[in-house]
Amino acid sequence: MAKDQLMDVDKALELFEPVLGFEVHVELSTQTKMFSAAPNPAAMDDANVEPNTCITPLCLGLPGSLPVVNTKAVEYSVSLGLALGCQIAPVSRFARKNYFYPDLAKNYQISQYDEPIAFEGSVAVEMDDGTLVNVPIERAHMEEDAGKLTHVGGATGRIQGAEYSLVDYNRAGVPLVEIVTKPIEGMEHRAGELGRAYVSTIRDIVRALGISNARMERGNLRCDANVSLRPRGQAAYGTRTETKNVNSFRSIERAVMYEIRRQAAILAAGGSITQETRHWHEDTGVTSPGRPKSDADDYRYFPEPDLLPVEANADWVQTLKEALPESPVHMRRRLRADWGFSDVDFQAIVNAGLIPEVQATIEAGVEPVAARKWWMGEVSRIANDRSVEPASLVTPQDIKALQSLIDQGTLNDKLAREVLLGMIEGEGTPDEIVAARGLEVVSDDGALMAAIDEALAADPDVLEKIREGKVQAAGAIIGAVMKAMKGQADAARVRELVIERAAAS
Amino acid sequence: MSEITALSASALADALAAGELSSVDITSAHLERIESTESTLGSFLARSENALDVATESDARRKAGSALSALDGIPIAIKDVLCTTDMVTTAGSRILEGWTPPYDATVVRKLREAGLVALGKTNMDEFAMGSSTEHSGYHVTRNPWDLSKAPGGSGGGSAAAVAARQAPVAIGSDTGGSIRQPAAFTGTVGVKPTYGGVSRYGVIALASSLDQVGPVSRTVRDSALIHDVIGGHDPHDSTSIPTPWASMTEAADRGSAAADLSGLRVGVVKQLVGEGIQAGVKERFDQALELMAANGAEIVEIDAPHCEYAVAAYYLVLPAEASSNLAKFDSVRFGLRVTPEGSPTVEDVMSATRDQGFGDEVKRRIILGTYALSAGYYDAYYGSAQKVRTLIQRDFAEAFEKVDILVSPSAPTTAFPLGEKLDDPLAMWAGDLTTIPVNLAGIPGMSLPMGLDPDDGLPVGLQLMAPAYEDARLYQAGATLERLFGERDGYLVADRTPEVA
Amino acid sequence: MSEMTPDAVRHLAGLARIALSDEEITRLAGELGAIVQAVESVQSVATADVPPTSHPIPLGNVFRDDQVGDTLTTEEALAGAPDHDGSRFRVTAILGEEQ
Repeated sequence: MAKDQLMDVDKALELFEPVLGFEVHVELSTQTKMFSAAPNPAAMDDANVEPNTCITPLCLGLPGSLPVVNTKAVEYSVSLGLALGCQIAPVSRFARKNYFYPDLAKNYQISQYDEPIAFEGSVAVEMDDGTLVNVPIERAHMEEDAGKLTHVGGATGRIQGAEYSLVDYNRAGVPLVEIVTKPIEGMEHRAGELGRAYVSTIRDIVRALGISNARMERGNLRCDANVSLRPRGQAAYGTRTETKNVNSFRSIERAVMYEIRRQAAILAAGGSITQETRHWHEDTGVTSPGRPKSDADDYRYFPEPDLLPVEANADWVQTLKEALPESPVHMRRRLRADWGFSDVDFQAIVNAGLIPEVQATIEAGVEPVAARKWWMGEVSRIANDRSVEPASLVTPQDIKALQSLIDQGTLNDKLAREVLLGMIEGEGTPDEIVAARGLEVVSDDGALMAAIDEALAADPDVLEKIREGKVQAAGAIIGAVMKAMKGQADAARVRELVIERAAAS
Repeated sequence: MSEITALSASALADALAAGELSSVDITSAHLERIESTESTLGSFLARSENALDVATESDARRKAGSALSALDGIPIAIKDVLCTTDMVTTAGSRILEGWTPPYDATVVRKLREAGLVALGKTNMDEFAMGSSTEHSGYHVTRNPWDLSKAPGGSGGGSAAAVAARQAPVAIGSDTGGSIRQPAAFTGTVGVKPTYGGVSRYGVIALASSLDQVGPVSRTVRDSALIHDVIGGHDPHDSTSIPTPWASMTEAADRGSAAADLSGLRVGVVKQLVGEGIQAGVKERFDQALELMAANGAEIVEIDAPHCEYAVAAYYLVLPAEASSNLAKFDSVRFGLRVTPEGSPTVEDVMSATRDQGFGDEVKRRIILGTYALSAGYYDAYYGSAQKVRTLIQRDFAEAFEKVDILVSPSAPTTAFPLGEKLDDPLAMWAGDLTTIPVNLAGIPGMSLPMGLDPDDGLPVGLQLMAPAYEDARLYQAGATLERLFGERDGYLVADRTPEVA
Repeated sequence: MSEMTPDAVRHLAGLARIALSDEEITRLAGELGAIVQAVESVQSVATADVPPTSHPIPLGNVFRDDQVGDTLTTEEALAGAPDHDGSRFRVTAILGEEQ
């Protein structure tokens, strides 16, 4: 496959205006699926559920099976619609979207077509510099997820070149809310940043509502990015592409900017954009054409005859509206004040999408400074190295346990970082790792004194220098002791003891 | 033994209660009857392997004083469109050959919970698409009244089984007449309940907004008894009606005991008695009207103009919904898989499987339905057909302000010869003109025998229709009419089925 | 428009995933052409002021509680499968060689 030509961003934006659209799918964390009483894997903590263990006849599309709507899923969908500033339809209907694919058990998806549950909304999104952008929402509707395909025999498990595929229907029927924006104009250089911030905001909203685990790396939150370019001055929109497989916030940003540059290069050379679905590759940083859609998108929608209309009673909607938590933007402003960080430091946490993690860590009892240090420091560093989300590595409870060991004096910072790595590698809880590896800081003064005496024997002048006021001479002794104790000593205590010794002699 | 199979389910229930017969007696008698007639009739696709065991358990319960219901121990045949965990379920299609469902249809569960003994699964047009049972992927069922004639369809197997006394009662399904038309052709009784009156869970779907399951029997009371067992709300079926139903059996008994039809206003839908009605059918229908009038009923002519468009609307709504409902038959999770030569993709396998597994009528309707829903054609076809439904409902609503029930012949002809209509789908479809409007409107309908055609000696059926939720009216009026026909003729048509060799 | 050409039938058969033979396609084009002409009559009465009926018995808000119900075991789920590996259903390659 030939490599795409990419135009320089500035040049691209000089010639063309990017128009964006985002479709976000949220997997709801109800106990059961959207239309069947099968257990919902999207609500489970364990990411590894045995295939085909969350199954009722409807999940397999067995002849004679029928859907029944999950009342909680409707409630969650309405709450989400309200949180998106949408109107809630007094009557909304389900429709069948007909197409064939092995992961679609009935070969139609029950979705909503021209009567979605929520429509016409707006979401305030905070950009990296703190400014707010209002993203217009076209609609949010209810539908069901499809099963999972695993392709076997091809290179890297991709669908191309696979010999056969295996199908797991656990995910088939999981409740989804699909949120569709209206076309977003005027973001220019910040198009990618907006995509990232928008999806991050959606994640914060659904987490605050408690309706979804919203972990992108688990597929609880999925985003398709639509990008089109129009020549400056033209009113009509250009042809857009839809990019899928953007599995992290940073992927969204990169994919959007990539598409802008790729499309600009084609258009500037006199070519035209193919309306197609493209696939984002995080490892190589490119989009490639996705599977060809042979049905030419003729989904033959018709009202789902097996389900009745959903009539959202105005009083009930009002009750849900009153129960909405504060919006993420308001919440962030409140936390910024509570935690006492500088605007810059706070914004960095926001931009990293780590407000929920830091907040949960602080709520677990960790000091804000320590919470921020861990998440924005070591955890983020390791996450970036591995190209994963920090939240996928450890939990706020893990950080709390780790910090407790530091606070107790069992660990120092350096050892704690080793323990953190052990936790990420799955060696166990911090306590277990400390015990297994024998990492406790030695707090027995006797043992420390023995090590200090040994170090002083090799460097007897130190005590004299300290008595003369050159306290920094203690550093050599501290270093030697730390080395001898393999770092398992509290350097501050060693320093105290050395100075005591100098004063005593 | 042959006396046992001549008894109605009511009479059998009385005999069981009185200790005169056991379930094993009754079940054995019917199993023997099936053995000796099946090679001629072909009513069944599958037969239960444990019917006598179930009958034995029933007798034990009754002896211990814990009979599950008045019908505990009565044998029943079940149309092969309902899922049964203990018998292969095919919907008459090769694409499901050998498939055993992992769950029972709600109706099947209710029958089992009432203690009925399933004898087997009856033959049907493939996926219930047809009016003669000739489109079954397996074999033809013959009409016991004339073995060269069709028993009707799609539920010809259940109707033939009951008419020929292989079973006292059966379960059918009706989307456009599939219970009522075979009832007319075989001289039996069949009822399509109000849409939503009986659960569709576990019923292999044809057209979701039209399908209903109902009873097949030789008497009105027997259908009422079965209706009372199978009807009612099912949380597994979102379209099932939540309000509880009054007893159909009590309605039938009221009808049997009623002196006559005084006070009953009977509407004759002129669009359903038009041209195309066979002369002998018309004659018996007119005689039925005279009988009703002579017995106190008020006959009113009803104009339901949109019924003229019913067949057209039906043959858009049904294929559209069916094309979607049958998409699940794709070789992946169950059923037939045909793998073409070479390195076929999964789509190649799906397409080859569906071409080989589906018969011609099914393929015809799937293609038609796909067309009716496709981009650019929806409004003109499916969308328009849905509007015709509204208009037909309005016509019926208006009619029911003037009358209590509507009547028509159940079918425009008597049973036609096997093979006669196979080459002309439109001609086959036109035979549904009297039954289709009932499904489109969602109202309940019954067919009961009103005599034999004077020209060909074959049974003729009378269709009764009532407003939605008023199924009891059918049983009450039907029971009275059944008695009046019997008094008039000196016999019941259902008791006169010719002996099957 | 009731132009049911063999090409139209071929397109519909593709959407419906049925590998019709040429003979079937030709025959169906003829049959369906006549059928579509017959059913077109619905358009004459289906005016804009008439609402469509998708459910003959009007019900609304039919829900179930968010509680786990009867599930199938993996064995039961795979029992009818033409091909499986004991844990998942197996299908032939989704894409062909040219894709």
